[in-house]
Amino acid sequence: MKTLADLRAIKEKAKQELASREQTAKYRLVVAMGTCGIAAGARTVMTAIIDEISKRGITDTIVTQTGCLGYCDQEPLVQVIQPDKSVITYGKITPELARRIVAEHIGKGNVISEQVFMQS
Amino acid sequence: MRELSLHILDIVTNAIEAEANRVIIGIRESQADDTLIIRVRDNGRGMPEELVKKVSDPFVTTRTTRAVGMGISLAKHATLAAKGAFDLKSTLGKGTELWMRFRLNCLNRVPLGDMAETVVNLIIGTPDLHLAYHHRTDKGDFLFDSYWILARMAENNWTLYQTMAPASEYIRQNLVKIDSVG
Repeated sequence: MKTLADLRAIKEKAKQELASREQTAKYRLVVAMGTCGIAAGARTVMTAIIDEISKRGITDTIVTQTGCLGYCDQEPLVQVIQPDKSVITYGKITPELARRIVAEHIGKGNVISEQVFMQS
Repeated sequence: MRELSLHILDIVTNAIEAEANRVIIGIRESQADDTLIIRVRDNGRGMPEELVKKVSDPFVTTRTTRAVGMGISLAKHATLAAKGAFDLKSTLGKGTELWMRFRLNCLNRVPLGDMAETVVNLIIGTPDLHLAYHHRTDKGDFLFDSYWILARMAENNWTLYQTMAPASEYIRQNLVKIDSVG
């Protein structure tokens, strides 16, 4: 049985890991998880992204969620916020394409241009 | 939505957007009573009474990108289509509680689907959130808490993302143990 102090220590240690990832992150991947995104398959897209990051041992990337981006017909949408803060938005992403984004865009810095829906 | 667990993901996403940092998902599944009850409670900012009354209307939303909000109206529709019941209570400044009841064996009931994926993605996508998931059946119950993930990180020096596969596997195995039909 864990005591309250143990739980606090666990939370602190986990927070440190998250904070260090936050500081060193080059890329930020954002999965749109509004009602439209969820209905179109954003949950399995997120699983594929995290699984691929974990398998490849990528440590300079953070995955977060956001709500509806206003382009429901293009869901599931995945945004890559690049080191220079520019944003590439990919549309109609499947779990397979999500794995390619991690391998190609995050891993090698190559944008998958045929899947790009918007650039800003 | 093809799974009730996708509605749950959507509802908890609403809670996170309402600045909740504690969420409890409760599921009670009983063959004996032929019921499936889903309850989601959060400590977010809550809604004023007028908004609670009209939030299941698809033309009501707090979002600013567009004036249509489908989440709650779809969840309510899923219950009513399966001869179930739906209730939403909210207290401004305290939080919101959503309750859905279904007949477990009703043919029109959407399956519960992949609760492991819903719960684990919510925790990994929002690690500041304290999420508790309690699932009870006639055979027993199972509790999963976001501390499970934090503890694995601390004990094994895992990254947050390395916890996804083992956490999902742990939840799935335990749901089988309590005979969840989903």
